[in-house]
Amino acid sequence: FLFYIFRHDDLKEMLDSNKDSLKLEAMKRIVAMIARGKNASDLFPAVVKNVACKNIEVKKLVYVYLVRYAEEQQDLALLSISTFQRGLKDPNQLIRASALRVLSSIRVTIIVPIMMLAIKEAASDMSPYVRKTAAHAIPKLHSLDPEQKDQLIEVIEKLLADKTTLVAGSVVMAFEEVCPDRIDLIHKNYRKLCNLLIDVEEWGQVVIINMLTRYARTQFLNPNINESLLEENSEKAFYASDDEEEEDKKAEPATLAKRKPYVMDPDHRLLLRNTKPLLQSRNAAVVMAVAQLYFHLAPKAEVGIIAKALVRLMRSHSEVQYVVLQNVATMSIKRRGMFEPYLKSFYIRSTDPTQIKVLKLEVLTNLANETNISTILREFQTYIKSMDKDFVAASIQAIGRCATNIGEVRDTCLNGLVQLLSNRDELVVAESVVVIKKLLQMQPEQHSDIIKHMAKLIDNIQVPMARASILWLIGEYCEHVPKIAPDVLRKMAKSFTNEEDIVKLQIINLAAKLYLTNSKQSKLLTQYVLNLAKYDQNYDIRDRARFIRQLIVPTDKSGALSKYAKKLFLALKPAPVLESPFKDRDHFQLGSLSHLLNAKAAGYQELPNWPESAPDPSVRNVEVKDSIPDWSKCSSRKDRKEKKVEKPFYSDSEGESGPTESADSGNFLISLFHRMSHVLLHHSHSEQSSSAEDRKRGRKAVKNQKSASESESESESSESEEESEEESEEESESDTNVRKKRTPVLKQPPKQSKKESKKETQEMSLLDLDDYEPAPASASVTPVNFLSSSLVSDLEGLSLTDTILAPTTLAPSGSIKMYELLHRIKGEGLAVEYCFSRQPFSPEPNMVAVQIQFTNNTNSETKNLHIEDPRLQSGMRIREFAEIDVLAAGESVTVVMGIDFCDSTQAANFQLCTHTRKFFVSIQPPVGELMTPAFLTENDFKKEQGERTSALSRFNTHSCPSDCSFSSKHLSFFSFYVAVSL
Amino acid sequence: MPNHPVPVPSSVLAALKNKTIHLSAAKMIHSLFLVNASGDIFLEKHWKSVVSRSVCDYFFEALERATEPENVPPVIPTPHHYLINVLRHRIYFVAVIQSEVPPLFVIEFLHRVVDTFQDYFGVCTEAAIKDNVVVVYELLEEMLDNGFPLATESNILKELIKPPTILRTVVNTITGSTNVGEQLPTGQLSVVPWRRTGVKYTNNEAYFDVIEEIDAIIDKSGSTITAEIQGVIDACVKLTGMPDLTLSFMNPRLLDDVSFHPCVRFKRWEAERILSFIPPDGNFRLLSYHVSSQNLVAIPVYVKHNISFREGSSQGRFELTLGPKQTMGKAVESVLVSSQLPRGVLNANLNPSQGTYTFDPVTKLLSWDVGKINPQKLPSLKGSMSLQAGASKPDENPTINIQFKIQQLAISGLKVNRLDMYGEKYKPFKGIKYMTKAGKFQVRT
Repeated sequence: FLFYIFRHDDLKEMLDSNKDSLKLEAMKRIVAMIARGKNASDLFPAVVKNVACKNIEVKKLVYVYLVRYAEEQQDLALLSISTFQRGLKDPNQLIRASALRVLSSIRVTIIVPIMMLAIKEAASDMSPYVRKTAAHAIPKLHSLDPEQKDQLIEVIEKLLADKTTLVAGSVVMAFEEVCPDRIDLIHKNYRKLCNLLIDVEEWGQVVIINMLTRYARTQFLNPNINESLLEENSEKAFYASDDEEEEDKKAEPATLAKRKPYVMDPDHRLLLRNTKPLLQSRNAAVVMAVAQLYFHLAPKAEVGIIAKALVRLMRSHSEVQYVVLQNVATMSIKRRGMFEPYLKSFYIRSTDPTQIKVLKLEVLTNLANETNISTILREFQTYIKSMDKDFVAASIQAIGRCATNIGEVRDTCLNGLVQLLSNRDELVVAESVVVIKKLLQMQPEQHSDIIKHMAKLIDNIQVPMARASILWLIGEYCEHVPKIAPDVLRKMAKSFTNEEDIVKLQIINLAAKLYLTNSKQSKLLTQYVLNLAKYDQNYDIRDRARFIRQLIVPTDKSGALSKYAKKLFLALKPAPVLESPFKDRDHFQLGSLSHLLNAKAAGYQELPNWPESAPDPSVRNVEVKDSIPDWSKCSSRKDRKEKKVEKPFYSDSEGESGPTESADSGNFLISLFHRMSHVLLHHSHSEQSSSAEDRKRGRKAVKNQKSASESESESESSESEEESEEESEEESESDTNVRKKRTPVLKQPPKQSKKESKKETQEMSLLDLDDYEPAPASASVTPVNFLSSSLVSDLEGLSLTDTILAPTTLAPSGSIKMYELLHRIKGEGLAVEYCFSRQPFSPEPNMVAVQIQFTNNTNSETKNLHIEDPRLQSGMRIREFAEIDVLAAGESVTVVMGIDFCDSTQAANFQLCTHTRKFFVSIQPPVGELMTPAFLTENDFKKEQGERTSALSRFNTHSCPSDCSFSSKHLSFFSFYVAVSL
Repeated sequence: MPNHPVPVPSSVLAALKNKTIHLSAAKMIHSLFLVNASGDIFLEKHWKSVVSRSVCDYFFEALERATEPENVPPVIPTPHHYLINVLRHRIYFVAVIQSEVPPLFVIEFLHRVVDTFQDYFGVCTEAAIKDNVVVVYELLEEMLDNGFPLATESNILKELIKPPTILRTVVNTITGSTNVGEQLPTGQLSVVPWRRTGVKYTNNEAYFDVIEEIDAIIDKSGSTITAEIQGVIDACVKLTGMPDLTLSFMNPRLLDDVSFHPCVRFKRWEAERILSFIPPDGNFRLLSYHVSSQNLVAIPVYVKHNISFREGSSQGRFELTLGPKQTMGKAVESVLVSSQLPRGVLNANLNPSQGTYTFDPVTKLLSWDVGKINPQKLPSLKGSMSLQAGASKPDENPTINIQFKIQQLAISGLKVNRLDMYGEKYKPFKGIKYMTKAGKFQVRT
């Protein structure tokens, strides 16, 4: 004891010292104490002082200590709170996150309001990582103070709307813990969650899939509503007794009458489709989650795909195997066909642990049918020879079950079991006896010789259960063995006092039955046995003896019942049904703890039954919000690509993952950029119309992609479903669209754009496939660089840090936005469009290349196309394209001209002349087109920053918020493109 | 630091102490106990309120009931908690949970913890864990937040907490510096969460090992009852920057049942049967695959055996001969035969034509280290077994377990076609290795 005080003093001294190394050493020793389960709470004051220590490791260990003991030392723990509050305001997201993490882990009720505030703030933090931490903190606060539930639900609602994969898993976890019944919060986020799913981290996937399973059960119709009734009937009819069958027949027409065509909700399909690839996950928990989802939600024809994945899991650690086999056992009862092809994967090896062996046996038994029973029985024969006796006993029971279920092999099994009766191992014999007893009950007449054989065994077998079984058999079928039965009773009467209780009870039974059928030979024996029982130590046996005496021995006092004694005792008893212990376990959600234990665990959420009629599917529709601010150039480039990418990265079927990810982690960079561009672009008002058009284009693209990829899998789906899915897709795409809208859209005269979009909608209905790539013009001219750039951009879609990009200038891939210079009506048949090709303009490196496309829509030639009379701001220059001599009717031609906008967004005005007319036109550049991407390392950037103060000051003059100046802190996280004004 | 406590109204504190703290159904992992082979708890960690270690008594009960260490049920219900345990390296990892949670979730997580320890300390033994208890604690702290997994990718963890090396331990003791990363990790925040940024190597290399294990049951007569192949492709990638790799196969059709590391682009695989991925840094398992028993699997060895006991005699005969078959001309190496002989066998007196054999009269385990199979001179083990006098002949026949290795061969026939790298300029050194091993390879007699 003294030693400990001394040692702790020693530690206190070290903690009070100025040296970090001493503090660290002390903290390490304290943590080691905690790990061993030793009490270190008396050091609390000394430790808590170090919460603001500069050394990261000391700090971390102090956190560990604090979280462990704060609950016990509440008042002292308050000392540390201010440190965390300060941390919550830190500019570094990781420090904010860690402060929130520790703060919320300190279980001190007095700080609940502080925690609440911190969580709320963190939930709208710019960094998704901090928002994730906020989601983690919600259940902590909820368990500390459940009264905060309502406020917490608000935060959950807010975080559920988050579009980043990082947050999704954690917030659903919080949802499951705080308000799992608030299904209504999921509606609007359902499609988003489905689409994000594949990119969420593994653990989040499990939680989301389990939650969505429950959700789907409340919102969609049972896909098997029609088939299942039919199938079940036919299956039941096979084994069921006759009267049951008749009932079924009556029920059948009724259900058939109700049958109506089932159409799967497209959202239901979306869930099934988006979870399927996760069957390929390396994480067994994810695979299991998907498997249970398919088992509970998929149409019968599709459930089969999970079998392969589950069988693959069986090669994993034995604990995984154990859980998987439990679930397979349940599934194999309902859907035997699914696992039949994998029968051999369930064969047992002598090296398997016993619990695995028994489970495999269970599955094999469930899978047994007429065609494979001979193979299975041959396997079982090997198992009976095993050295593992528990397993042998289980095998014998399995044989018994096969025999009851499959009539054809009953005799074979019975013979086999009878042979086992001569086994040397008593356990084997005993188990066989018990199983034989059950089998004999099914057809006792034919097997009196087996009963005789078993009567002989009573001399040798010592296992009580087996003895009891034999006695019961002889009593029950004493009429088949009239000579042997009284003799057995004689022997048993002799040994009565030494028998186990269950055996004694059966001796009494046997005596009673014999008294009723053969009283001449057994009357005295029965009296003797009953007298012995009367003075037995066990009151059950005394009781039973008294009861039976009253019932069978006729006295004057005995009531009317004794007349029926024979009927009571020798009534025809139904044969026992040997059932799988896994039968009907599927009312628990598969893969759950409750399913495994076959008992409801605390906090288990019941899997709801399918609704009779589907709730309104429109609740999942999401309206597109317009209020979201502009997004940077960076994300816009990505979007443009999005439309083109043939093979979406990270495998999301809609190619959605890209943009969502970008929101995720490029956040810093994007938000920086985006504030700048927002400020600079706030005057581009025509966003609305052009974005609407963008959206349509996006949707079309998606549809094309989808119809290609899904033509196989969805061939059965009707036209109407396709149609409605398109609609739903539109909604789920809103995510992408929102971002599309944020693209720094170029300024465009509102009138014109309206017309254009009208035109485009017309076109769309005519050519379904072609118009999704509305900028084909660039392809013909965009020189070189294209091939390599598409690769670069592919990669770029992948990594947001963008460090991988070669330091070359970036050529745009994808479609470039075309702007109208001259409408064909205004231009009397001459239509002119232009775009910023984003290629260096070779004759004048300072100029921006503008690519102009002329289309002659008239019936006659247009001649001498050239530029005249440019009216430019001072400093601006223009380099005209070479005059086009002749443009034939219906032809189009593309030329490139250069304009030096002189870093301003002022329009360049000039006249476009043909041989007959002149048109006044103007080109106004969006700021994004004035920049060229360049790759800089952090150091280079700093250098540039110094040199280019003029460029930066231009940003600042636009009343840019102060935090959009580049700080080196941010740069240390992301090295990224810096757009430098030319 | 100010040493005096912040004044808190005493009434508030009093109110606090009277208030009972509700324990709502707190999900996920509550606590973790590490139990060694002799049944001592040598480490505990709590993520929420402390759970007394007496909860483990239920586990110890189950441990006692189990005949073999691996027969402890993975899930044990107790009145207030559920214990989920895994056994690895003779250590039980016992997780305490309070309410419904998918058991596989916890099991998979515990295995991930063990993998991480192994990755950090080279071995996962009681001694290693005790020696590195602070690192272990730091790791557990990062891996779970409030019982819910936070960072389980080894790449991220290694940025947060540097693995201990001898050199670093020395340096740390001298300079007093730490294992905790100075720089805050960024990997968690990137789109490629499995790869840290700023990786640099002077030698850029990427090695892939295609390893296949044959699981088979061969019956008495030598015919195959069931045979499957479990394959994995393990990679060791040390490449600078953010390389983007594609790996294609000559015969991708073999891979119809696969599971991937999260880095693999699933859609690309579906469409083109090409593995396209940005690799994690260092060692990782790229994919594992399963060639099921429905396919025809080549069995590379055969066994001729004659193990017999005669009634009434206290002698049994033991004869075993191994030979190669369907090995595609490759040598079968590192052959090890083991068999659990019946309990009645007292001793074995055998004569191996090559290698050495041992027989443990207590566990009745016979093992024979054969080495390489020479097709010209087949290895054999012959002799007699002595049985307990007077005991009757054993019913059961022992099964024979065989281990072997075949270098430079993937028995399924899988072949890598080519490996390409995009996104980086340098030329990496590439290597592919094939190996076939016996998995659970049993011969019944």
